[in-house]
Amino acid sequence: MKGKLSRRKLLAGAAGLGGGFLAASQASWPPSCRGIFGVSDALTYTAHRVLHVNQPLAREFGREMITPNFPINGTSNPEDARYQELLAGQFVDWRLPIEGLVSSPGELPLAFFKSLPARTQITLQSCEEGWSAIGEWTGVQLSRVLQELGALPEARYVVFETVDGWWDSVDMADALHPQTLLAYGMNGGDLPVAYGAPLRLRVERQLGYKNLKYLSRITVTDRVDNIRDGTGSGSYSADFPWYAGI
Amino acid sequence: MERSDVEGAPALRHARAVRITHWLNVVTFVALTLSGIAILTAHPRFYWGETGFFNTPAAFELPFDPILEELYVRAWGRQVHFLAAWIAVLNGLVYVGWGLYAGHFRFQFVPHGRQLQWKSITELVGRHLRLQNPVEKSGYNLFQKLAYSAVVFGLLPLVILSGLTMSPGVTAAFPQLFTLFGGRQSARTIHFILAILLVVFVAVHVFMSFLAGFRRNVVPMITGGYRGQMKEDK
Repeated sequence: MKGKLSRRKLLAGAAGLGGGFLAASQASWPPSCRGIFGVSDALTYTAHRVLHVNQPLAREFGREMITPNFPINGTSNPEDARYQELLAGQFVDWRLPIEGLVSSPGELPLAFFKSLPARTQITLQSCEEGWSAIGEWTGVQLSRVLQELGALPEARYVVFETVDGWWDSVDMADALHPQTLLAYGMNGGDLPVAYGAPLRLRVERQLGYKNLKYLSRITVTDRVDNIRDGTGSGSYSADFPWYAGI
Repeated sequence: MERSDVEGAPALRHARAVRITHWLNVVTFVALTLSGIAILTAHPRFYWGETGFFNTPAAFELPFDPILEELYVRAWGRQVHFLAAWIAVLNGLVYVGWGLYAGHFRFQFVPHGRQLQWKSITELVGRHLRLQNPVEKSGYNLFQKLAYSAVVFGLLPLVILSGLTMSPGVTAAFPQLFTLFGGRQSARTIHFILAILLVVFVAVHVFMSFLAGFRRNVVPMITGGYRGQMKEDK
């Protein structure tokens, strides 16, 4: 009886693990999987995607936990002339092109994103340097936007470009995760310029450097190896891997 | 294979599994320690709780020269750290799995009755105080057993878990890790303190093996050596 039970448990466990690996193998290798460190990158990415089969949420906090003076990282006010014009006009003329594998691509105003159901989440941001801070972010789920525009089934990655010349991408597991937001609000107000106005990315299961500010273009694609240096991320040129779930 | 001495055949002092995992551990330990320091150059400040950054008071701070951050060794350090961590964890799983299977922990880690007698304890303490060779005829002495048990079943699992608590990907699946260590920054601080303790352990461990004789202790960890060999040396 005891043996039977444990055997059944074992089989169920094996099936669960098998399902996990199947899901992970669909995500395949991380794009920046190169050289000796590509081995550990791939192991980490695969292990995390197995753990993420049921899309668990990152922790959320109460408002009392919000960090005053949330650290400002990287660009704090883009010098780009067009950006400064749009900022002066309170982003009324701002448009975000969303293109690639979507049935209705377009150049979308801020009002479009605000017209969709909003999600507000208070989460911990961890920087690769070692510090961490808690902030409240309001925006629309990326999954909802992709649904609105009709993302095609062959979509595998979503690529983001920014006003300050940065770029990065996420796989569909992160793109469709409920906490992955295109955020236009912070701590109850509009998203300040220093934190990426008018629209920034939130990817809560990865490190801070994945959370791009000042979004300027979104491309849905089935591959990233043909984009720029093919590593899926601007961070790889600075020796930081594409997958930053560590 | 741990008990082959009952057959009367000369038993290896260190089983092959112990020797291989031990030396692989030496490599990953050095890599993890050096790369850990490299990562810390980016932010050598420690906090307690969930949050902490450059404008908030630190629990303590390492006296790192800011020039170290300019060297920009942390990106390389992170890659080395995570590769070495994977090897160390897989190596550790092999060691623990083998140890349970072969009875290594049961026969080599659990002190036997004689070792727990008051007389042998005071003698062992005396030998340590006089910096005399505390090696026993066969197997680990009491202090070795206690130290190795604490490291294998205490420090190492905790250093792995506190490291994983810094991973936003892992903690999404296991938020209990934050509860265990009292927050993200606490986990980072504990990870650092555990690393210091491990370095102290390794320093004492290396010192003791040289005190007990390089040929008698370090060579068998490479070749295996024979338990009986100890008496002949004397």
